[in-house]
This record gives sequence, structure tokens and C-alpha cells, in this order.
Amino acid sequence: MNDALPPGIAPLRSIDAVEQGLSEAGYIANRQISTAIYMAHHLQKPILVEGPAGVGKTELAKSVASWLKLPLIRMQCYEGLDESKALYEWKYGKQLLYTQILKDKINSVIGDADDLATALDKLHSFGDVFFSHQFLEPRPLLRSLQEPGGSVLLIDEIDKSDQEFEAFLLEILSDYQVTIPEIGTVHAIVPPIVLLTSNSTRDLGDALKRRCLHLHIGFPDDKLEAKIISSRVPGIDGRLLKQLVSFVQQLRALDLKKVPSVSETIDWAKIMLLLHVSVLDVDMVRDTLNVLLKFEADIEAAGKQLAGLTHKARQDAGVA
Amino acid sequence: MIAAPASEPLRRFLQVARGAGLKVSAAEGIDAARAVDLVGFEDRTVLKDTLGLVLAKTPDEKALYNEAFDLYFKRDEFSTGKAETEDDLSDSEQDPFSSPSNGSGGDGMGGQGGQSLGFLLANDDRAALATATEQAAREAGIENIRFFTQKNLYARRILDRMGLRALERDMEAMRQTGTPEGLGRAQFLDGRIDVLRDSIRDFVERHLLLFGKGDTEKFREELLKSARLSNIERRDLDRMRILVRQMAKKLAARYAKTRRRRLRGQLDTRRTLRRNMGWGGIPFITVWKQKRIDKPRVMVLCDVSGSVAAMSQFLLMFMYAINEALSDIRSFAFAGSLIEVSEILEKAPVEEAITKIMSLIGFGSSNYGNSFADFEDGWMRHVTNKTTVIILGDARGNRTDPRTDVIGRLSQRSKRVIWLNPEYKSAWGTGDSDMYRYAPFCNLVSVCNTLRHLERAITDILEDAT
Repeated sequence: MNDALPPGIAPLRSIDAVEQGLSEAGYIANRQISTAIYMAHHLQKPILVEGPAGVGKTELAKSVASWLKLPLIRMQCYEGLDESKALYEWKYGKQLLYTQILKDKINSVIGDADDLATALDKLHSFGDVFFSHQFLEPRPLLRSLQEPGGSVLLIDEIDKSDQEFEAFLLEILSDYQVTIPEIGTVHAIVPPIVLLTSNSTRDLGDALKRRCLHLHIGFPDDKLEAKIISSRVPGIDGRLLKQLVSFVQQLRALDLKKVPSVSETIDWAKIMLLLHVSVLDVDMVRDTLNVLLKFEADIEAAGKQLAGLTHKARQDAGVA
Repeated sequence: MIAAPASEPLRRFLQVARGAGLKVSAAEGIDAARAVDLVGFEDRTVLKDTLGLVLAKTPDEKALYNEAFDLYFKRDEFSTGKAETEDDLSDSEQDPFSSPSNGSGGDGMGGQGGQSLGFLLANDDRAALATATEQAAREAGIENIRFFTQKNLYARRILDRMGLRALERDMEAMRQTGTPEGLGRAQFLDGRIDVLRDSIRDFVERHLLLFGKGDTEKFREELLKSARLSNIERRDLDRMRILVRQMAKKLAARYAKTRRRRLRGQLDTRRTLRRNMGWGGIPFITVWKQKRIDKPRVMVLCDVSGSVAAMSQFLLMFMYAINEALSDIRSFAFAGSLIEVSEILEKAPVEEAITKIMSLIGFGSSNYGNSFADFEDGWMRHVTNKTTVIILGDARGNRTDPRTDVIGRLSQRSKRVIWLNPEYKSAWGTGDSDMYRYAPFCNLVSVCNTLRHLERAITDILEDAT
């Protein structure tokens, strides 16, 4: 199987290699994530990544791209997204300009025709010059198929798009090809690694799910989170790190509207580093709580228990 | 890439996964086979992660999958339960009996091919017992087990295949000899057989969990869907609630799809021109006329009086579910008089809402005429020609004035009136039933006393809501 790999993707030889490669790119992956990337490549299937916001779904795609040194092509989904924005569009301006410029030439083409029918026949023999690759504006999906060395295609927040768009994606996801009516079917030069992310704001169709590997990324446990933060915020003190992680893990156990995710822990860690904090104290936590919690009601709810939480965090880290 | 044929263990696991409630399509089965080809069976955690990626596609399914995977691959270990009690026995008694059992077991069990059951039991050879059990179970077709009532049947079959009958005959013979040695041995084997029975029963139960769970659930659900709502027992209420919710969700999803449908073939000239202004009105982009399907405006009037009390629980539950699924719906409950309950259904959790409504208005004797008059006074002005009015009730107004005139006006104002009656058609018009007097004013009158009926009725309503 390995000899079939294009040069850029040779590092995907084993699950361990994936895990290591990702960590070199600054992404601390657990076993499931690396298995998913490994399988995605070898089975040539897209991965559907689900999980709460801010656990690093988008980051995973970026890291895979930077590790494999492949271009990352990102398509953000939103309601009303259609194929002209996702797949291709005709360069109308250019088409129009060319028709204007070539107006004079039209006489030389049909000049000697004496009636309309022959003139039309002559025109027809020129084929669809204006609907050819020169006038095609490739959008993310087409671009990723046309990348000569392969690419990482990130279809972000697929759950935000319409159901019709989801159906439209099926062709590209299962066969790595798209059909453009005027030109024909475009096949991928090298099948891209496709990642779709979803926050589950709506249930995705079965057809889409069937074509994908399904990876669920939840909140990491304390050890993994500590590893992630020390990789993202280099230079953070080990003891502070332990306190931060313990505190956030406790917050997640509370009954909150939106629990803090990894990206928020990272932000918080950065702030603590800026403020030169080495030991968490209640006031400091209270002042910076809005980094972790984004709802007034949550801040209020957690505010009552801050002293206990902070104390527990200090204990866990072995700080008196 | 060539799809590898699923190997035997994988094929059986897929069956187990389906039984556990995962929706594994054939295509996913092929993917699983390819994935297993890639990683092999050696490393269980890698295997678990890999199959999880391919087979389980929602968090719920992931949980089911993990359970099924663990259950399936734990099967290899034969239960060694009851070890303590057995040890007492074997320590003191095993030695004197092991040699004679060897001889006598052998002739009773010729058919087993390998070692006799008596021999295995006497020697307490667990590994060999486990192998024998697995083999006997396969012969007995254990993977076809579906319902818990089949547990004893399969246990018996397995024991038979392991040669229990022959052993029992031998033991009878031992007892017949009357010697203390023979009696003691028979007694000893008796104890062993009991232990074996228990572990076989465990074994069968585990398999039932593996293979039968999904089907049993499905079977119960099918039954419930077509059972008369008034006959459903308390213990099935939870299951019903889930079914009702699923149904409402399905209806809402199906309905949402039809909301905006493109009408190909009809050019919207005005919007096409507007859209192409940028390039001098040359129509590069065409805009097609779209048919927008209106939201259904639904008003549901639900009878909660004593005569339909058993039904109204479910009617309310269904109203609650629909209320969650569709946005623009107003609900009313009535018995002697009528009140609006939209707000209660919207704010309170289902249990609470139903109890609250029942306590507010339920259980009295019904007065349809009075209730309809209430509706006319309070809410008739909200009824427009886009409103669908659904009435759930048995039309038994205890010989009060039916006020068909109100229903007549309602039917003129509204888009349509649908009456869903829990009684069989043969009972309509008998006694105090006014069904046939209301019927002329309704666009549709139908019997509705199972979940299936409800689903069909509501589907029709949503699909025609143009």
C-alpha cells in the first residue's frame, strides 16, 4: 500500500506516525483522532468530525495540512451556500469583455454567409468557446480537486448549510469528482483528504453520514488538556498549568449553558502568562472568568462557587 | 479498491451491532471489512477505534457501539462464576472421584466425540467446558435467539448437545447400584450439573443481549404502534413517549423539506433582469420562480373529558410533541368548557403539562356545544382561511345541544376542519354520539385510536398544508 502513496503523504504509514506527525505540527491528538486520519487516507473516505465548539475540529484540518505540507482549502458553510460559491462560477466579466473585443472578428467568421441559417451553423462549429476552462472560476471544491499534489479540504460547519447542499456534496465525497454541465466530469488528480466539521445544530442526512468516517471529539481529559496547552502556550509554568486545567475541568462538571472548551482554556492560559500569575487566587479568577464563560448567567452561577473551585484546583496541583 | 469479503468474526459482529440498534448499511459493512484488513484483529483498542469510525455515526450510536463491542469480545472468556462454592467441594472430594468418573463417563458419552461431559465436570476442566459450550451453542444456532422467552429453550438445547441426557442416564444407573460410592458420585455430579446449568444460562443470556436486544425492542415498538391507545399499560408509557416524540420529529423533518420547493421551468423575469443588471441586462444568471409553501396554521381542540380519559393522555402527548416540532400551532383542551393550553404545552415538561391540563379541565363530563361556543367567543377571530382545525374527540356530548352551527361557521372560516375520533365507526351515531351531525361540516372525519392512525392523519395534514 505504501508504494502507492504520493510523495507528500508518505508519512501516513502507521497510526503512530500520524500521532507523532500531528504533535510535531502542534496538535496533540488522541488515539482515535490519529486512527481517523490514518483510515481516511487509506480508505479514501472523508471524515465527519463532530463535537462541541472549540475542541479543535478546525484546528485538526489545519494541522494535518501543515504537517503534510499540503495546501489547506477551506470552505465555510452557511445558509444559502450554493454551487456557484462552492464549486465553480463562470467569469462573467471576462466572458463579456471577450465578446466585446471579439465583436469585430465575428464578421470574418460569418462574413460570407448569406442567410441566417448558415451563419448560425458557422457559429455552432466553433463550439462553446466561452464555456471552457479559461472562463471557469474554480471555487473551493473544484480547486481542491485540481491541486496537483493533493490537498486538505476542510468543509467547515456543514450543519449550517442547507439540506440541498448536503446532497450536492455527496458526489464529491464518495467519488472525488464533480460534474459541470458545460464541461463534463472533473476527477480529482490526487484525492484530497476531506474533513467535514459539524456542531450538530441539525441532524445530518444518513446518506452523508454513510459516506464518511465519523469522529467524535469530546472534551479532553486533564492529562491530554495539559499536553495541549503546554504545546499551544509554550513557557507556561507546570504548576500553574495543573491549576488551570483542574479548574477548567471542574467548571465543565457544573451545570452551565456553555461549558468552556479547549480554545478558551488556551486563551485563559495566555492571559495568565501575560499577567505573570503563578498561583490562582479567587479575585484573579473572578476578574478573568469572562474569558472562560460567555454567558452572564453562567458567570453568575460559577461565581458563587469560585472559592471552592480555586481551592480544589490549587490542591490538585499541590500548591498550598 | 477491491472490497474484501467480511471475515466470519466481523460478519458476526456486524450482526451484533445491528442487533444493538446501530444502523449498519451494506456499504458500511464493506468499509468495515476494508478497515479491518488494514489494521487486523490483533490490537483490540485500535480495532475498536477503527470500527467505531466506520460504524457508529452519532454520539448515541457510539455509546451503543462501545457496549456491543465490549460485550462481543468479552464473550471469549467463559464464566468462572461460583468458583468459591465449587472450590470447597472440589478440594475435599475431587480426588477420590476423578478416576472412576473417567471410566464410567466414557461409555455414556460416545457421541460427543471428544471427552465426555461427566469427565469434564468431574475434572472441573473449565477451558474444555467453555469450548464444548461454544460448540454446542453454535450447533444449537444461538445467534437466532431473539426473545427472552427463548432462554430456557436454548439453554436446554445446548445442554442436550453437550450430552446431559446421557450423563443423567449414567447417574441414574449409579443410583440404582445402591452402593454408597455410586450414590455419592451421583450426588457430586448433581452439584456440578447445577453449576453448569447456571453458567449456561448466563451464557445464553449474554447472547440474548448480543443478538436479541434490537429485535425485541423493535417488536415491542411495532406492537405499541398499532395497539389501541386506551389499552396501553402504564409500564409502556415511557416507551410510548419516546415513540411519540420520534414520530413528531420525523413529521417535522419531513415537513420542513417541502417548505421551499423550486418550481423549475418558470422564469421569474423581473428578478432575472434585476439580478443581471450588473452586466447590462444580459441574462447570465436566470432566476426561477419559487413556490413557497406556507407554514401550516394549526389549531387543535382536544377532548379531555372522562369518556375519553384513557385516550386523552396520548392525545395530549401527541399535541405536546407536535407543538415542539411545529412553531405555529395553538392548542385547546375542553370537557365542559374550553381553554387554551398552548402556553402550558410550550413551557412545562410533558409530564407536568399533561397533569396540569388534566387538573385544570379534565375528567368532567363533556359538553361539546358549550365548548364550541367558548371557542367561538374567544378564538374564532384568529381562524383564517389558512387555518387547519383538528378536533380530537368522541363527539359524545351527553345529549347537550351539539351547536353544529358553530362548527358550520368554523368550517366556513377555516381552510378545513378535521375530526379524529377514537371510537370505531360502528359506534358513531349510537347513544349520545353526535358524530354524524358534525360530519357534514368536516372536510375529513376518521377513526384514530392508535399511534399509526395519528401519524397518518398528521402526515396528511402537513403534506396538504400548501
